[in-house]
Amino acid sequence: MKLRVNGVEHDVDVTDDMPLLWVLRDELHITGPKYGCGIAMCGACTVHVGGQPVRACVLPAAAVQGEVTTVEGLKGPEDLDGEATTSGHSGSGTPASLNAVQAAWIEHQVAQCGYCQPGMIMTAAALLAGNPAPTDADIDRALAGHLCRCGTYPRIRRAIHAAAANLDGDEA
Amino acid sequence: MSRAGRITRRALLIGSVAVAGGVAFGVWRYRSPYANPLLDDLEPGAAALTPYVRIDRSGIAIIAPRAEMGQGVHTTLAAMVAEELDVALDEVRVEHGPASNAYFNEAILKEAVPVAATDLSAGAERLRGLTRVPAKFLGMQVTGGSSSVPDAWVKMRKAGAAAREVLLAAAAAELGVDKASLETRDGSVLAPTGERILYTALAERAASIEPPSDPALKPVAEWRLLGKSQARVDMLPKCTGAAEYSIDVRLPGMRFATVRMNPDLGAGMRGFDASAAERMPGVERVVSLERGVAVIASNTWYAMRAAGAIDVDWATASHPRTADAHFAVVEAAFDESRDSRFRDEGDVDRAFVEGADLDGEYRVPYLAHATMEPLNALAWFRDGKLDIWAGNQLPTQARKDGAEIAGIDESEVSVHTTWMGGGFGRRAEMDFIQSAVAVAVAAEGVPVLTTWSREEDMTHDAYRPLAIARFRANVAAGRATALDLELAAPSVFESQFGRIGIPAVGPDLSIVQAAWDQPYAIPDYRVSGYRAPVMLPISSWRSVGASQNGFFHECVIDELAHAAGRDPLDFRLDMLTDEVSRGVIEAVADMADWGAPLPAGRGKGLAFVLSFGVPTAEVVEVVDTPNGIRIINAWAAVDVGTALDPRNIEAQVQSGMIFGLSAAIMSEITLRDGRVAQSNFHNYNALRIGQLPDIGVRILENGPEIRGIGEPATPPAAAALANAVHAATGRRIRELPLNRALRFA
Repeated sequence: MKLRVNGVEHDVDVTDDMPLLWVLRDELHITGPKYGCGIAMCGACTVHVGGQPVRACVLPAAAVQGEVTTVEGLKGPEDLDGEATTSGHSGSGTPASLNAVQAAWIEHQVAQCGYCQPGMIMTAAALLAGNPAPTDADIDRALAGHLCRCGTYPRIRRAIHAAAANLDGDEA
Repeated sequence: MSRAGRITRRALLIGSVAVAGGVAFGVWRYRSPYANPLLDDLEPGAAALTPYVRIDRSGIAIIAPRAEMGQGVHTTLAAMVAEELDVALDEVRVEHGPASNAYFNEAILKEAVPVAATDLSAGAERLRGLTRVPAKFLGMQVTGGSSSVPDAWVKMRKAGAAAREVLLAAAAAELGVDKASLETRDGSVLAPTGERILYTALAERAASIEPPSDPALKPVAEWRLLGKSQARVDMLPKCTGAAEYSIDVRLPGMRFATVRMNPDLGAGMRGFDASAAERMPGVERVVSLERGVAVIASNTWYAMRAAGAIDVDWATASHPRTADAHFAVVEAAFDESRDSRFRDEGDVDRAFVEGADLDGEYRVPYLAHATMEPLNALAWFRDGKLDIWAGNQLPTQARKDGAEIAGIDESEVSVHTTWMGGGFGRRAEMDFIQSAVAVAVAAEGVPVLTTWSREEDMTHDAYRPLAIARFRANVAAGRATALDLELAAPSVFESQFGRIGIPAVGPDLSIVQAAWDQPYAIPDYRVSGYRAPVMLPISSWRSVGASQNGFFHECVIDELAHAAGRDPLDFRLDMLTDEVSRGVIEAVADMADWGAPLPAGRGKGLAFVLSFGVPTAEVVEVVDTPNGIRIINAWAAVDVGTALDPRNIEAQVQSGMIFGLSAAIMSEITLRDGRVAQSNFHNYNALRIGQLPDIGVRILENGPEIRGIGEPATPPAAAALANAVHAATGRRIRELPLNRALRFA
């Protein structure tokens, strides 16, 4: 089957029922999306399909319609019209080349163990794309399906508000 | 033989992590230092100036040999070295480094001797000091017990200072000037002439210079990194997806495996039929393990699907079949001989001759660790060598177990300790590494990542034990006059140390941890521990025995305050014997505006626990809504002696508190037909973002010693919440999880 991930076309040979998560992780070695529960209860596997956040652990890869974006392919503001940023792949990007959500995550030092954060960041980015000024209640609702065992929730809320404010400033 | 030999013997008797047999003690070994493991495979032109600093032409690496499981230890330990070395944190590479006895933890056993943290007498110090001997003999590189910072505090700063001295000497030789005329700054040596030599350019010359054994440390006033919040060294990659946990390591030609083990914990397997599984897509082979099977496939998902299709004939374990029956075993322990009585003041028996003013029983269930990253390890066995990639808290043990399973010498094993997606004590267990090595040995030549499904992870944990507390107490004239607290639980030390082949004799301090040593004065005051037999495998769970005893002890104190007709804050302050503890209680009361009037249906609960040397006070405020109880505010104050990284300490306090609140509200492991009944986050859930408010944190520095903060915020959380529920609703709930009795919104 063919799959477009982070701007790159892939041809993979797997059974039709294999969830997208395992195609990404074990076939394509794109390991930002995490395995946490396998039953869409924790959100660690969240990626975008056609810009919408989905749980890759339960979505059969064969059912994917549209471009897949993982945390590695999340684009910074200056990349929105251009090529995919490479900062996520190398890990050597500077905060300036990051998506506003990632930059806010760093500014507020959100991550602890970090394992749930790619999923959190993907859902937060999708939230801000549709709602540029989310309230606490909006944030709580959007992230209700995500689990963090380190308890980074207070900083996640702060970082999303900060990202929203930064994006607002960029547009003004 | 020797004095050290005798000291060791005594240390064994006093400690509850007492070590007997299996370890060859000798004074020669105690005196001789462990070799610097970085010298083993040093590139030409590079210098490993100490076990913590490696410099070559391409850069400076600091070894932070403790498990980074989210607590920020790599950043804080690296900052200790960087401070003395005079380099910026973003100019160095921080690595976990190899498994080595040189990185043994000499602070962790200090918590295992029955000496209260508030006891600073010479005798207490001597007893703590004795634990250094078995700590060194064991040579265990272990992360746990909130000990990483106190353990590293002197030695890693000295490592940085020693490396700096060597670099200065190298520069002095290179320039032909007096060492005293040189300064260091930002990774360079500066000459009075203005000339600047990068440390990296000095590596080759420095490699042949003997480092000083006792270099001077910077005075606090000169600190540039310590005491200030740092950007975590792991933050950027954790936000871009580039962070590599062991589950993410990818090697050419690797395969993916999973395990299916007997759900009746402790029992083996009579046989299995894998013929259907072997024909499934992607499956390469099925491997028989000691207590189950593993499937090796081209993809983890194929392996997991096939593992479910294997027909296994499981043996039956001997432990009781239900959680109630396990509790009955713990109840029976109260009638057996006592395990410990480290606190026995006044005459408790006489105090209750005419009965008690109040009494009661508290219970907590088994708990799973449920780290976000399911257990996994990648192992590669080829040419008589074994490489293990695993997020783990005990690399020297991983090396030992790996060697044993592969039938090779420990020197042929390399352990690559990755960042871990949560630890909480679970990754100090070796079972997931053992299964990965067994799979890799069966698939010799091929690297195999063995990942446990979430279901295998949750049903094959080494759990936080269930426990029961019984108390009776008297109050008079607004004060507690007598408290008799009896605590019963299976022994974590017995279960945990048994699995790594170290017999633990003597009392298990964890059964009474953070209950026997609290800084309260009550005229007749006794805390006794009773040891129940180990049934399910049990282990350290963030804050260990303090996780249950903080709940027991502080709810009991709250009950006494109400029985005495006193405000719970004033009641505690009146009987407090430690001024550092008073500081955190007053701080949290101030933050929470304790005593301000509240509308009906709202209530604040206070709890104070001194654990791991850190006095910690927390207040939780709840409101009783039509949809259930809701936490609307939370505050915590801690005293860590010296706060190295305030922003990270804040994160750890919030983290520990949320971990405790989650468990208190909704977590329990129960049994169905002898098997763990909870399997995934649908029936072993944790708090979500919308169920928690922001948590205000205040950090104090009045304590006599520097302390670690990964655990101390967990123990008071359940009690603060249960006490708040009582304040809001009048209901005193003595059993966790609280959602057995209450609905939460």
